Amino acid sequence: MSPSAVKEEQRPMSAIRIDARGLSCPQPVVLTNRAIEAGATNLDVLVDNEVSKENVLRLAKRRRLWASLRQEGPDIVIEIAT
Amino acid sequence: MANPFAARAGIVAVGCAIGVTAVLLQYSGNPPNMGICVACFERDIAGALGLHRAGAVQYIRPEIIGLTVGAFLAALIAKEYRPRGGSAPLVRFFLGVFAMIGALVFLGCPWRALLRLAGGDGNAVTGLAGLAAGIGIGVFFLKSGYSLGRAQTQNAAAGILFPAFMAGLLLLLVFQVTFAEGGPIFFSRTGPGSQHAPLLVSLGAGLAVGAIAQRSRFCTMGALRDVILLRDVHLMSGVAGLLVAATAMNLVLGQFRPGFAGQPIAHTDHLWNFLGMALAGLAFVLAGGCPGRQLFLSGEGDLDAGIFALGMIVGAGVSHNFALASSPAGVAPFGPAGVVVGLLFCLAVGFSMRERTP
Repeated sequence: MSPSAVKEEQRPMSAIRIDARGLSCPQPVVLTNRAIEAGATNLDVLVDNEVSKENVLRLAKRRRLWASLRQEGPDIVIEIAT
Repeated sequence: MANPFAARAGIVAVGCAIGVTAVLLQYSGNPPNMGICVACFERDIAGALGLHRAGAVQYIRPEIIGLTVGAFLAALIAKEYRPRGGSAPLVRFFLGVFAMIGALVFLGCPWRALLRLAGGDGNAVTGLAGLAAGIGIGVFFLKSGYSLGRAQTQNAAAGILFPAFMAGLLLLLVFQVTFAEGGPIFFSRTGPGSQHAPLLVSLGAGLAVGAIAQRSRFCTMGALRDVILLRDVHLMSGVAGLLVAATAMNLVLGQFRPGFAGQPIAHTDHLWNFLGMALAGLAFVLAGGCPGRQLFLSGEGDLDAGIFALGMIVGAGVSHNFALASSPAGVAPFGPAGVVVGLLFCLAVGFSMRERTP
């Protein structure tokens, strides 16, 4: 199954949104990880800097989750799906 | 990925480069096993400014200036310069003060702990074990929702303040201004403060390390924290690179001398080596970075990291003025009390600072 197919099938309209803007390392990753372990299957993680983006992407990669990026004004949204 | 330094090979290469650079700085005149020590060098700056009068440790270390300005320039070029701040600045200031008190009981920041180990100093093992223990306690707080709150975007000019402060220090170093008879700026004539590589070598090394560390997000505390918290070895691979490269360079240059007793600028009090670094490690986690990383963040425009670094400089003054800082002869009379007070402070911060539910 291609990543985009996963996205179509398993991403409902209402992904859980985590606002990690302004939080220092490693809180964006901790919040994301906690949501995943609590069973969230669709996440939008909102960050405002490159380092947080890299860290959250690395977490998604390590957990073998689908992830993609989109720009939202000055902020970056990392979409994660299991 | 657009940033090769942030990839696995990148962080390993950066760790190796830092290790080699540090050992070469020792070879060029910096104190033994102290090629780059952010805590020691900030302490030397505090001494040069007269914030303490420990005559053996006073010098405006160009490495600290270079680390900050190098990170500042790298962040500017990479369009990552982003002034922000306002996340519990006063708490961060005191975390910096106590981080320095802990580091000076052990006699080194995590970078120096690694360099000491790379030079054969066995006492670094207890220091690093203490560091891991302190970080472990910090991870407990992170898991239970610890947060100092969000930083806000700040005025573009505000972020230049800390790099500008560093540039000011460079001017004081270059012109060696004497503000009063026998008074500041102080420069050690003997002891570690008198041992230094040539100014341009130190500055150049600092600039280079600051730039690559900013790009790679190199952080010694983060390395241990991510392994304990997330089983993520990314940053740890950089730290391993530093240790291996520095050890290899020491062996090549004949600077590797294994043992516990008589190691340079070190003591053998295992209990307080452990507890001093445990305090430092806990304070680093609560503040979100090791002393080096705090400088790089300051360069990127993180005002809160700048506050932490200033806390460390003031903490060095406190450490030496109030007999908290160890010497090769051993732990100072009030060092243990300082560590206990610091641990109590950090525990209070850890338990009381929780994220607010929106």
